[in-house]
Amino acid sequence: MILVWLILIPFIGGLLCWQAERFGEQSPRWIALGTMLLELALVLGVWWHGDYGLNAAQGASDWALEWRADWIPRFGIEVHLALDGLSLIMIALTGLLGVLAVVCSWHEISRRIGFFHLNLLWILGGVVGVFLAIDLFLFFFFWEMMLVPMYFLIALWGHSGSTGNTRIQAATKFFIYTQASGLLMLVAILGLVFAHHAATGEYSFSYEALRHTAQNELSPQMAWWLMLGFFVAFAVKMPVVPLHGWLPDAHAQAPTAGSVDLAGILLKTAAYGMLRFALPLFPEASQAFAPIAMGLGVLGIFYGAILACGQHDLKRLVAYSSISHMGFVLIGIYSSTELALQGVVILMVAHAFSASGLFIISGQLYERLHTRDMRLMGGLWGRIKGLPGIALCFVAASMGLPGTANFVGEFLVLFGSFDAWPWVVVVASGGFVLAAIYSLFIMQRVYFGPAKEETPLGGLDGRETVMMLGLLVLVLWVGLYPGPLLDTSQAAMQNVEHIMTLEETPAMPEETP
Amino acid sequence: MTPLLALSPLILVCATAIVVMLTIAWRRHHDLTATLTVIGLNLALVAQILVWWLAPLDVTPLMRVDGLSIFGGVLILVATLACATLGHAYLEGARGPREEYYLLLLCAAAGGIALVSSRHLASLFFSLELLSMPLYGMLAYTYRERGALEAGVKYMVLSAAASAFLLFGMALLYARTGHLDFAGLGGALASAGGDGWLLAGMGLMVVGLGFKLSIVPFHLWTPDVYEGSPAPAATFLASASKVAVLVVLLRLLQSAPAAQDAWLHSLLAVLAFVTMLAGNLLALMQQDLKRLLGYSSIAHFGYLLVALVINEGLAVETAGLYLVTYVLTTLGAFGVVTLLSSPYGGADASRLHHYRGLFWRRPYLTAVLTVMMLSLAGIPLTAGFIGKFYIVAVGVEASRWWLVGAVVAGSAIGLYYYLRVMVTLFLPEPGMQRRDATTDWAQRAGGVVVLALAALVVLLGVYPAPMIEWVRLMAAT
Repeated sequence: MILVWLILIPFIGGLLCWQAERFGEQSPRWIALGTMLLELALVLGVWWHGDYGLNAAQGASDWALEWRADWIPRFGIEVHLALDGLSLIMIALTGLLGVLAVVCSWHEISRRIGFFHLNLLWILGGVVGVFLAIDLFLFFFFWEMMLVPMYFLIALWGHSGSTGNTRIQAATKFFIYTQASGLLMLVAILGLVFAHHAATGEYSFSYEALRHTAQNELSPQMAWWLMLGFFVAFAVKMPVVPLHGWLPDAHAQAPTAGSVDLAGILLKTAAYGMLRFALPLFPEASQAFAPIAMGLGVLGIFYGAILACGQHDLKRLVAYSSISHMGFVLIGIYSSTELALQGVVILMVAHAFSASGLFIISGQLYERLHTRDMRLMGGLWGRIKGLPGIALCFVAASMGLPGTANFVGEFLVLFGSFDAWPWVVVVASGGFVLAAIYSLFIMQRVYFGPAKEETPLGGLDGRETVMMLGLLVLVLWVGLYPGPLLDTSQAAMQNVEHIMTLEETPAMPEETP
Repeated sequence: MTPLLALSPLILVCATAIVVMLTIAWRRHHDLTATLTVIGLNLALVAQILVWWLAPLDVTPLMRVDGLSIFGGVLILVATLACATLGHAYLEGARGPREEYYLLLLCAAAGGIALVSSRHLASLFFSLELLSMPLYGMLAYTYRERGALEAGVKYMVLSAAASAFLLFGMALLYARTGHLDFAGLGGALASAGGDGWLLAGMGLMVVGLGFKLSIVPFHLWTPDVYEGSPAPAATFLASASKVAVLVVLLRLLQSAPAAQDAWLHSLLAVLAFVTMLAGNLLALMQQDLKRLLGYSSIAHFGYLLVALVINEGLAVETAGLYLVTYVLTTLGAFGVVTLLSSPYGGADASRLHHYRGLFWRRPYLTAVLTVMMLSLAGIPLTAGFIGKFYIVAVGVEASRWWLVGAVVAGSAIGLYYYLRVMVTLFLPEPGMQRRDATTDWAQRAGGVVVLALAALVVLLGVYPAPMIEWVRLMAAT
């Protein structure tokens, strides 16, 4: 039942925020903050009480917590929620970034505050749903549902771009990209369901049943096409390079909270989807696809990094660097060794921290300078108290300096992939050089060099300091002591590796009625 | 006695029409007429549901009361009720006679109910005409508007041409087979094989019915008529009238196996493909909400045709379910347009700029329209998503990948214009708010109707199981 509450709390909180606007400007903010803190506390409570390090490698998925109820009996669709180490980490991340998103828009959003927080919390609710849903219909339901509030967030509270791109265009592009690719996933899901129906005479959207069908009943060609349907949907959201067109625009136009959500958790839903669905459902097709995915990953690393070097808009730069980082994630996922998969989890967490940190910093600079164009910045080191130092730390994290979480993640991914894919790793490592270049560009152009003006700008206030330092502590903590995270996700990741390397198909797990 | 009871919904609607006519002759009174109409329609709706215990039953060689006809009848009566309520709000400000609108509405509803239960080409034709004739009057009801007059005349001329096609097709079928009832026709067609005259006859009938459903390339009237006609009439045209024609087409295709003829089959598949894509593409750049909804309804009937083309497995269930979601959503969307244009005072408020910033003035009305747009786009949490899910499912089940591809592409294109409408509602006001709903709109009957529709669309989107069960029950008999 706690799983249901994890999903419902943000939705209810969102409605309360909307209605609370009539009691004054501050009340929606406090309600939103309280909601997300409650959510975070619940997840941490679950984490504290559960044991996720054990029950490894039994072939079948073992859920730490599970909840199911009939939904649409006609198609055997259930509200089936389940939690394992991977989803737990992701939901904890969602809760944390939710708190950050609320806090960082405290002053930025001054109009229609209630409705803003309604959208913000509904995105988070949808994302939590994605991380918990185990019924494929339910997963798709949340997957599509979370796009709507994100669309509103970008379209209504976004910034109009510097190059004539309007926020509405960016939002529409985001929506159409993700929705159209989502429909392909729906087609793939239905293909799987009807294959199951042909084999057993029953409709079911359940993860276990469909996994059994996918591995035993499908022709390799069919499995390939269905796998591709899933992959495209996840690749758009991740984003993998030829399908990334929406990301820079969406980030550039989104409000800070939107960028934090987008980079911090929405992109992670894609990696999560690959780990949870695309790979376990179609292990053989995925293995056959791995070389292409690796190629796309390497392409993404370089493409994102090179384009990042050429950006003038700070947020676009960070957005392109996200594409580059997601290339590493893709390589890690498709190399499918336990080490690399563990690296993927750490890298996702690390990227969520560092990218959100950088986006929040861009937002704070924008609040002070009213521009995000780096050509108009420069020499800010002496003009703002506190912020440049923190920015330096996040930039260092983003380029993967040892001691930060990103280093652990990238190191594990490359180390884990080296055995099977030495050349990919060698080439991908070149991405670090480019990462160093664009990271230094940020520092150089924004904080050093001749100052445009001498007037000091406002330093960080208490809210901003606490927020940034907290995030920084987390980056360093995961970087220096990733043990707890690794322990939590180990069982889940071993499972994925197990499925990917096991030649014979696992036995059908017994159905619980 | 039983046959009469089985036709009681139709009889009740016709009786209401006569009562309304006599009342108008006795005394013109807008509220009284509207109340009588609504009471009559509600009685008919109750009767339509109770008739379930008599079904299936053949009433004369012309009519059949079964699950399909009850299903269609319920949808038509619900849509008519909504149109009557919305019409009351709309016509309050109209000059000239207001009461005849209800008379026309009741006659058209009677035509629709008769049409869904026809099992004979003769009853098909006369009920189709009974449905269409009053519509000419309804579409041109505010004849002082140039657009409305144009809409009425345009619909009349083209509809007459389509009826001619339909009659010609029937004549060809009768000449070759000597049958006019669907069952006999189906048997004769099956034994005759791929006879050219029969195919021509079926083809001509598809043209005639395709016109009513605004299938591409017979769709040219749709945007103009939707745009020009008064909003409640357009609502009826988009909902009840299309439901009736689609249900009878479904019955025709089911009972005439010649529809499975390869040639006719591929013709329908091509029509579905073109309709989906053309409807969505043409809607992209529209500046008028009613026109946009017209094109969107073309696209939606393209999706529905997919179910009709496949005509096996989940197809009937899909068609029924999609019709339910389509009707609810269309009623809601047009309902908002009607409320914003009420009471009548010049052309309807349907240009997109009328809707700019509506959210900050009328948050709940905007929420209704947003839900409807999301439902038309097939986004989760709305009934439209369940409909879209069914359409994709039926395509995947039959492995018709081209049609599935067109559904996916069409939906992706469709998102663009639905989002455009949606975001317009939330944009800051430019300071031009010429038209607005009356301040107490939510307390009025029309407001209650659209709010209920929005609630229903969300409810069925989250918990569709009862709707699915009902449609299956109706499709089973």
